[in-house]
Amino acid sequence: MKRTFLLEIVMVAVAVAFLFPVYALITLSLKDPAQIAHSPLSLPAPPTLDNFGKAWTAAALGPSLVNSTVITVVSLVALVALGSFAAYYLARAKSRMGYGLYVLFLLGIVLPFQLGMIPLYQLVSDLGLIGSHAGMIVFYTGIQLPFTVFLYTGFIRALPRDYASAAQIDGASHFTAFTKVVFPLLRPITGTVLILNAVFIWNDFFTPLLYLGGSGFETIPVSVFAFVGQYVSDHGLVFAGLVLGALPVVVAFLLLQRYVIKGFASGLKG
Amino acid sequence: MTANIARGSLPSTARKPWGRFSSLSPSWFFALPALLVYAAVVLYPSLAGMVYAFTDWSGLGEDKSFVGLANLTAMFHDEQAMGSIGNTLLLTVTIVAVQNGVGLLLALGVHVKLRSRAVLRVVFFAPVVVSPVMVAFLWKYIYNPDPSAGLNGVLGTHIDWLGDPSLALWSIAGTVVWQYAGYSMVIFLAGLEGIPPELHEAAMIDGAGTWQRFRYVTWPLLAPSLTINLMLSTIGGLKLFDQVFAATNGGPGYATETLSTVLYKQAFVFGKFGYSTAIALVLALFVAAVSMIQLYYLRNREVAQ
Repeated sequence: MKRTFLLEIVMVAVAVAFLFPVYALITLSLKDPAQIAHSPLSLPAPPTLDNFGKAWTAAALGPSLVNSTVITVVSLVALVALGSFAAYYLARAKSRMGYGLYVLFLLGIVLPFQLGMIPLYQLVSDLGLIGSHAGMIVFYTGIQLPFTVFLYTGFIRALPRDYASAAQIDGASHFTAFTKVVFPLLRPITGTVLILNAVFIWNDFFTPLLYLGGSGFETIPVSVFAFVGQYVSDHGLVFAGLVLGALPVVVAFLLLQRYVIKGFASGLKG
Repeated sequence: MTANIARGSLPSTARKPWGRFSSLSPSWFFALPALLVYAAVVLYPSLAGMVYAFTDWSGLGEDKSFVGLANLTAMFHDEQAMGSIGNTLLLTVTIVAVQNGVGLLLALGVHVKLRSRAVLRVVFFAPVVVSPVMVAFLWKYIYNPDPSAGLNGVLGTHIDWLGDPSLALWSIAGTVVWQYAGYSMVIFLAGLEGIPPELHEAAMIDGAGTWQRFRYVTWPLLAPSLTINLMLSTIGGLKLFDQVFAATNGGPGYATETLSTVLYKQAFVFGKFGYSTAIALVLALFVAAVSMIQLYYLRNREVAQ
């Protein structure tokens, strides 16, 4: 009992130290430049919300929030539809081709995207999709499919065939059996697929910087990057921008923490 | 057998477009849409990249000719590229060791039935879901050389964390560890929760102390979690880009260049696209080699125990 209490104190102390950057982030975003210069570590006295209004417009966070949401949501729908559909075949096929295709998809998990980065940039540019939502959506769907297919295939393999067989005996095609019977059974893994891919797509930086930089269709990380570069010396303004930029994902995490942690604890990364 | 009966009893398969294939297993048409997108976005560009790595391609035109191994030999004489290989490996080893060490300690602490465990878990995990670029900008301020602000203000030191070339790489590793220690923690926690309490009880009855129970019960049974954690942090470390790009952009000098920042600059700053893909090929080989070596040794270790 005594030892647990001691451990509790140690762990809380570690957490407090761990949160120091977050303390700095929030207190600085609430200070004016004079306060930041004189007392960078103290609590804001008095706190000001001026930085937030300025950062919201200067970093174009409104439009960026829309861009990030559209790109993330449409990519997720495409990933779940294409990924689960393909996995149904890969998990149930008994042919050599089924296994070969599965291995081909797994290869995509090992290949770093930098290898194809430049040819892909050329392809997307030839198709006129640079600086558009569509280009990013196709990119995320393709780049995250191997991982999505891997998760779905493993789950479907562990699922009894009887449900789908019963539907087929009743005259349903494989297509109907999948959409009406199998897909609803995939809910737990669909949750994991959605969470891991959403966090990856929402926070991704390198490709949206290449494809969307300066286009007016920037996602939040790209907008925040440009904004910080422009106002680098105004720490209060920069930090208000960081707080606002991180807020949607942090709120979503706090609301869904149990599922998010469970998804990540499965040991796979988006 | 069952499948054959099912096939025989399906009344109208021939008339349905999808039903025609519905007999034994689903048709490969199910995988076709995914395969097309995957081929266009990953397979074709990666194959093309492997070819471009042996050309002098300098832009987005068709103008390129084969130069054999010239890009790879040029890498050996390129101080920035060679330095970036050393930096990438050093960063990766540091991140893998410290992130997983800290993650394991946090997991062991939070696994005990503390009153604050639910809150602690959320606190330590929260940075994982935030954009690495934003975390890097936050830490760029924390690493402020100003002695009254940030980390210097707390420690009472006067250190230029990101500006000192001998220190900058370690400071970036610190940022990555702060952000992802909670990720290692939740994977170790899942492993700890899978260990039956009876094993610990049995060991206690046999007179094993805390350390002995960790060494002979917990540690061996954490092998699968350790495998996953080592794989994820190694691959993440080798590919590291966002944090470096936002915090130092490779500087001061070449002190924090990684393979990813160098290949980015060679392509999009200097227009040497062939050379850039050659560096990407080296990165790809590292990632693939490490994945396979780790998988091989760690699988053996799991079997041995």
